[in-house]
Amino acid sequence: MRKHQQKFDLNSGGTPSLRGTLVKIFLLGLVDAGAGFVIMVLFGKEKFTFAFFIGVVTLIVNWIYLRRGGLPAKYLAPGVILLLAFQVYVVFFSGYISLTNFGTLHNGSYVEALDAIQQSAVAPIEGATEYELKIAQGDDKELQFIAIDMAAGKVFIGGSDYSKHPFREITEADGLVRDDYGYPTSVSGVEILTDDEIVDRSSEVVTLKVPLGPNLDKDGFLATVDGYLAQQNTFSYIYNEDAKTMTRLSDNKVFIADSKVGFFKSADDGELLSDIGWQVNVGFKNYSRIFTDKNLRGPLSGIILWTFLFAFLSVFTTFVFGLILALIFNDTRVRGLKIYRAVFILPYAFPAFLSAYVWRGMFNTQDGFINRSLLGFMGENPIPWLEQQGSARVAVLLVNLWLGFPYMFLICTGALQAIPADLSEAASIDGASAWKQVKAIKLPLLLVSLAPLLIASFAYNFNNFGVIYLVTAGGPFLDPTLEVTAGATDILITFVYRIAFSGSVGSDYGLASAFSVLIFMLIGSISFFSFKRTRGLEELTQ
Amino acid sequence: MTTALKLAKHPKAKRGGISRWSRQVGWKHLLAFVVMAYALFPLLYIVSTSLTDMGGIENFTFFGQFYTKNYTDLLTSSDYPFVTWMKNTVTIAAITGILSVFISAFAAFAFSRLRFKGRRPGLLALILVQMFPSILGLTAVYGILSKLTDYVPAIGLGTKAGLILVYLGGSLGGGTYLMYGFFNTIPKELDEAAKIDGATHTQIYFKILLRLIAPILAVMGLLSFIGTFGDYVLASIVFETPDQLTVAVGLNLLLSDPWSKNWAMFAAGAVMSAAPIMILFVSLQKYITNGLTGGAVKG
Repeated sequence: MRKHQQKFDLNSGGTPSLRGTLVKIFLLGLVDAGAGFVIMVLFGKEKFTFAFFIGVVTLIVNWIYLRRGGLPAKYLAPGVILLLAFQVYVVFFSGYISLTNFGTLHNGSYVEALDAIQQSAVAPIEGATEYELKIAQGDDKELQFIAIDMAAGKVFIGGSDYSKHPFREITEADGLVRDDYGYPTSVSGVEILTDDEIVDRSSEVVTLKVPLGPNLDKDGFLATVDGYLAQQNTFSYIYNEDAKTMTRLSDNKVFIADSKVGFFKSADDGELLSDIGWQVNVGFKNYSRIFTDKNLRGPLSGIILWTFLFAFLSVFTTFVFGLILALIFNDTRVRGLKIYRAVFILPYAFPAFLSAYVWRGMFNTQDGFINRSLLGFMGENPIPWLEQQGSARVAVLLVNLWLGFPYMFLICTGALQAIPADLSEAASIDGASAWKQVKAIKLPLLLVSLAPLLIASFAYNFNNFGVIYLVTAGGPFLDPTLEVTAGATDILITFVYRIAFSGSVGSDYGLASAFSVLIFMLIGSISFFSFKRTRGLEELTQ
Repeated sequence: MTTALKLAKHPKAKRGGISRWSRQVGWKHLLAFVVMAYALFPLLYIVSTSLTDMGGIENFTFFGQFYTKNYTDLLTSSDYPFVTWMKNTVTIAAITGILSVFISAFAAFAFSRLRFKGRRPGLLALILVQMFPSILGLTAVYGILSKLTDYVPAIGLGTKAGLILVYLGGSLGGGTYLMYGFFNTIPKELDEAAKIDGATHTQIYFKILLRLIAPILAVMGLLSFIGTFGDYVLASIVFETPDQLTVAVGLNLLLSDPWSKNWAMFAAGAVMSAAPIMILFVSLQKYITNGLTGGAVKG
C-alpha cells in the first residue's frame, strides 16, 4: 500500500497552470502588503519584537508557497496559522496564567500597581486652605493653576513641573490684574483659559498635580476635581525606589514590595499596604489551592459528580430517545415520513441560545407555561422548577433532551440507512424477530459507527456552558454560607466561569486558568482513551 | 415469513386490512404526532407569546391573541436596532461559515491525501485542542484582541473581522476532522487516475475532490453559520455599542433591561431571527445527516 501511494504521490505535482500561478502571486502579494503595513505600524510604536515576529511569519509563508514541492505545508498553512493564533496560543496562555496570580487584585505590572497605589492614596492636608481656581497656560502650552485665597486676599501660581513653574505668590508687581471682586483677570506671561477651553482640556485639568514645594512627596500638591476649587493634598505613602519600599506617613510604617505575593507587605506583622497588587508568578499555588482550599473543596466534589452525571445523562437520554425514534421511523411504509422528520429536527435548527431563554421562561414557577398550562391540574402546589436542586437538575436535563434528541435522531437514521438491507433480510429469512434484528444486528453496528460521535457528545456536554448558564446560571443558590458561590446546577465550567469573571472578591484568572487546564487534561484524556478503544482513532493509532 | 418480507418491500401493500395496518404502521403516525407536539410546543409557545400584548411571560394559551405590535415596535425601535443586529450577525456568520469550510477543506485534503511527517500527531492534536473549554480562553482571546486594537485596529476589539478570526480559529479543528472523514470516503483511485492523466494537485483538489463533496461543504457551512449565529459569549466580549451587536447579544439586552417588560418583544425578535435559519435547515435536511456524521457512518 505504502509503495503504491508513493508511486502516485501527489507531492511531485504536474506542471502548474499560468492562471493558478497568477492567483497565487496575487494572494501572496495581498498577504505581504498587509504584513508590511502592520510591521510599519509596529515600528512606529516601537514594538520591535512583535514586528520581528510578524516579519518572520510572513517570510515563512512566502517560502512555503514559492518553493517547489512541500505540498502538505501549502494546504495546511492557512488553517495552522489561525489555529496557532487563536486556539493553541489560548491554551498556552491559559497555562501560563494558571501559574500567576493574575486577577482583579493583580491586574498589571509592578509599575502600574505602584502608580495606582499612589493615585489612590491621596489625602487632603487637614486644616489647609481651599483655594478658588483659575486655570492658565504659559507659552509652552503647559497648564498652570492660579490659586486664589479669598480670605487672605493672596494669589498663587504654579505648574506641574516645580523646576519650571514653581508654586509661588504673585502680586501686582508680577503683572497681576484683578477685577473688583479680587479675581485675577490677567497675569503677565500666561493666558487665562475660558470655561470652554477648560472643558476641552478637562481630562488634563483634573489629573494635574501642582507641587506645593520642591519635594512632591513631602510638601504635597494642589489638585482639582471640578476646575473651580483646588485642594491641598499629600500622598499617604512615600515610595523609596532603591529599597522598593513604601512608607506610610501617618505612622512611618514600612512596607516592602513582596514579589512572592505581589503586594506591599509589612515585614513585621504581614499587614498589606493596599488591596492593589501586581502580577507575579506563584508556581503551582493555584493548583494546590484547588486540592487543599476548604472553601473550594467543599462544593467542588459535588459539582464534579454532577458534571459527570449531567454529561452522561444528557448523552444517554438524547441517544436513547433519538435511537428509538430512528428505529421506528426508518420505515418506508409510513406515509408523510419526510414531514415528520422535518418537524422532529426543528429544535436542532432553532438557535440554542433562544431555546434556553424560552425554556427558562416556561419553567418559571408562578407564571411559566409549564406549571400554568401543562401542569395546571396541580393547582396550588406547583413544582418550583428552578428553585430546588432536584427539580432544577431535572429541568436542565429536560431542556438538553429537547435540544439534543434531533441530532441523535439524525445521526442514528443516517447510520441505520447505511446498514446494508441484505443483513436484515437474511436475518428475517432465518426467522429473527424485529426486536432480535435490532438487538443482534443493528445496535452493535450502530454503536461501532456512532461511538466516536457519542464520545464527542459527552465531551461537548461536559463543558456545555450555554445550557446551564442561560437556563439557570448555575442556580438555585441554596447555600448562602459558601465562601465561593456554587449553585445546585453548576457544572465545572459554569463554576469556573464565575470564579474567572464574577467572583465575590473580583476575578481570579489565575485560579480559573488552573481549573481550565485541569478540565482540559481530564476531558482530553477521557476522550483520547475512549477514542482509542473505539474505531474513531484506529487509523491514527495503529 | 415471506409475506412479511413482501410487506416490507412493498409499502403500499395492505393485505391484512385496517387492523393489521394499525398494528404495523398506524401507531407510528400516532407516535409521530406526540413527538411532533413535543418538538413544536416551545416553538409554538414563543410564536404565540410574540403575538401577545402583555409584555411579560404570562402567556398560558396558544394564540389567544393576535397582536403584531411587538414586531413593528422591534423593527422600528431605536434603542434596540434589531435590523442592524440581523445584518451584523448574518455578515459575520456567513463569512465565518464560508471561510471556515474552505480553510478546513484545504487542511483536510492534506491530511487525507498527502503523506507527511507529523500527520497522525497532527490529526490527534486537532481533536484534542478542540476539547479546551473555549469559554475559559476568554481572557486570552480578549488579550489578543485588545493587543490587535492597539496595533491593527481594523481587526481588533469592536470589529467584525476580529470576531470572525476568533471564530475561525475555534472552528478549524473540528471542521478539519469532519472534512477529513469526507475526503476519506472518496476513493483514492479517482485522484490517481487523474494524476496519470497529468492533472496537477490543484486541479485534482479544486476540479475533482471539492466538486464531489460540494453538498457536504454547503452543509458544513450551514452548520457553522448556525453555530456562529447562536454564539453569545464571544460576541458579547468583542462588541460594546448597541449598533455593533449581534442578535444573540442584542436580544439578551432586551431581557436584561429590568425597567421594562420586553419578553413579548424578545419573542418577536426570536421568531424573526430563527425563521430564516430553520427554513434553510429543513430544506437542506437530506444533506445535513451526512454533514453531521462526518462520513463516519459510511464506514
